[in-house]
Amino acid sequence: MTIQRMANSVAVSVDGLRVVRGGREVVRGVAFEVPSGTVTGLLGPSGCGKTTLLRAVVGVQVVAGGTVTVLGHPAGSAVLRDRIGYSTQSPSVYADLTVRENLRYFASVLKAPASDVDRVVDEVGLKGQADQLVNTLSGGERGRASLAVALLGRPELIVLDEPTVGLDPVLREELWNLFHDLADRGAALLVSSHVMDEAARCDRLLLMRDGELLADDTPQALRERTGSPDLEQAFLALVRGTA
Amino acid sequence: MNTLATTRRILTQLRHDHRTVALMVLLPSVLLVLLRYVFDSEQAFSRAAPALLGVFPFAIMFIVTSITTLRERLTATLERLMTMPIGKLDLLLGYALAFGLVAVVQVAVAATVALTWLGLEIEGSVALLVLIAVLDALLGMALGLFASAFARTEFQAVQFMPAIVMPQVLLCGLFVPRDEMATALNWISDALPLSYAVDALTQVTRSSEVDGTLVRNLLVIAGCALAALLLGAATLRRRTP
Repeated sequence: MTIQRMANSVAVSVDGLRVVRGGREVVRGVAFEVPSGTVTGLLGPSGCGKTTLLRAVVGVQVVAGGTVTVLGHPAGSAVLRDRIGYSTQSPSVYADLTVRENLRYFASVLKAPASDVDRVVDEVGLKGQADQLVNTLSGGERGRASLAVALLGRPELIVLDEPTVGLDPVLREELWNLFHDLADRGAALLVSSHVMDEAARCDRLLLMRDGELLADDTPQALRERTGSPDLEQAFLALVRGTA
Repeated sequence: MNTLATTRRILTQLRHDHRTVALMVLLPSVLLVLLRYVFDSEQAFSRAAPALLGVFPFAIMFIVTSITTLRERLTATLERLMTMPIGKLDLLLGYALAFGLVAVVQVAVAATVALTWLGLEIEGSVALLVLIAVLDALLGMALGLFASAFARTEFQAVQFMPAIVMPQVLLCGLFVPRDEMATALNWISDALPLSYAVDALTQVTRSSEVDGTLVRNLLVIAGCALAALLLGAATLRRRTP
């Protein structure tokens, strides 16, 4: 019910987006919307253009055409800079600082309250590692430290590029619960993954292949449309259907 | 505000890296000691040392900042910062302030060692000598920030040091007085900021007079450092291909 209510407002609206990188069109006329209060998954194989698409949404990608509107403003607008949380695929935190020092720096850049540091450390489950240098953390812990930065200042849109790579099933479960908590509090989440078994955890799915969207639907509707109970099979059916 | 947060962040990073701090603070002094015993004469040392008091921090700061900022560009922290409410100049001034503070310590230690232990004698004021050397370090830092924009890898960045620093060292009047160089070389020398730094350091060594030439030289160094910082800010892009 909460989701239904929140879904009224559109956090991200993309239309006719095209991106050219290295002479190749890597995003080819993509259009979709991300509603507030939901977790939208961007699924697709490695190299299909997910990261480029997310970079366009947060406004750091040079685009060749189309429009990207975020919270009512063109993507990349100065007014959006403290309203979006973004975590890149490779952990974007300083390896020679502790988790807490990293968070303190980004919190002060975002003008987020100092108490936010402890809150996000707790949310990503790094309480025990908060005063450890990032370069002494495991790969998964580093990823979570980077994720924590994206949660500072209660952003209205949270864009996460492969946040659950390299995590054990228990942690993955915890993070997906966290993503849904954040959505229930009204945030829009756009989360990419190349692992199809994460698709079922999303409220909405964007299936991407070769720079194009194959589907933009709920997991349930996708299963029904393709007649396959398994989302991986559904994805394959869609690929074959367009081939 | 964001400038100071960035300065604090960079100094915290340095605090975790004791070896780098030791190298930055002590290296110019160690090199000066080495130079003193290579010359084995206080007079010969006193002729070369003031210029090197500027050249060593210039070279060290260049390499340290070009690598640090390149690392920031490569590790995606820059991409993340560019989505946040921080100005490009905020970031670069944050770097300038942090490394400027390190430069003050570096130069103060080197000057103290040279003036007390190594028998360097200067006619002008010690404060002015330190000021010029700190400006040199800041110039090296600003050029390093700017140069890092043109390096794709740390391997390339390291090689910018000989490419950008060495010609300035060769032409700054340290080896051959600038007015004795071939005309063309003299012109090039006039166009390189380090020449003005060495001129200023030499003048402070020989006389206590603060004249128009000295003030002009200081303004040239500061102006070049500022210009390199602004150019560095212009190379930072919020959107990248």
